[in-house]
Amino acid sequence: MDAYYLAAIGGALIGIAAVMTMGLTGRIAGISGIVGGLLPPTAGEDRGWRLAFIVGLIGGPVLVAIATGNSGIGVPAAGVPVLVLAGLCVGIGTTLGNGCTSGHGVCGMARLSRRSIVATATFTVVAIATVFVVRHLLAGA
Amino acid sequence: MQIVSGLFGGLVFGIGLAVSGMTDPAVVLGFLDVAGAWNPALVFVLAGAVLVTFIGYRLVMRRTAPLLAPRFMLPGATALDAELLGGAAIFGLGWGLAGYCPGPAIASVSALHTGTLAFLVAMLIGMIGTRLVRQSRTRPAAA
Repeated sequence: MDAYYLAAIGGALIGIAAVMTMGLTGRIAGISGIVGGLLPPTAGEDRGWRLAFIVGLIGGPVLVAIATGNSGIGVPAAGVPVLVLAGLCVGIGTTLGNGCTSGHGVCGMARLSRRSIVATATFTVVAIATVFVVRHLLAGA
Repeated sequence: MQIVSGLFGGLVFGIGLAVSGMTDPAVVLGFLDVAGAWNPALVFVLAGAVLVTFIGYRLVMRRTAPLLAPRFMLPGATALDAELLGGAAIFGLGWGLAGYCPGPAIASVSALHTGTLAFLVAMLIGMIGTRLVRQSRTRPAAA
């Protein structure tokens, strides 16, 4: 039960960060969008804000580690070749689809955006199917 | 002030990811593995985040503008097009292979795991490549 309380508290903190971001800067707290705005060919405006957000994102688990002795960061779940393939998919997919778990899954769903609800359902179903194939079909083959 | 608000927003977001278990791919894959030992933790993460954001957005958007910027910048697109659906599907494939989406992968940088860093470099290459292709496609059409 403890893990579920922590999950809900962590989720609420993510929500608080999203609300702060909207209330202060008027922006959607979507990580793929924040990162994408720093990349070529056309780097977006507000580079300082974007970089600061990413520095904070990396610093969050460091603060948790200082406070509790455990950063919460787990070990990678696959080998480097699979992780490279996965990273390419995540980079291409979130750019084409204009969002990831935070932008569509949290901010967009909270706005009741039809696009975000459809995107979240799509990437969740495909991710579940992918895990099923990897863990239950390929592993047993 | 924009920089301070960005840093603070990122910190709270990163603490939330770490506390919730999202920075552990085993927890994320445990949620996605509905046919195995299913771990429902992510349901609580998503529910907590969406509920707080749903209420909070309605409170802050009562103002005519955010505190530090001239206006709210909300996505205007409404079309359920092939790019949205195809992009979401490709993202889902990567999420299921690694158990990483962009936020938790970046938040895990401080552990300096080779696999995490390789994932992030590939993710940035995928983002830049897609942006370049998209720009080269739209530019001639606009000219």
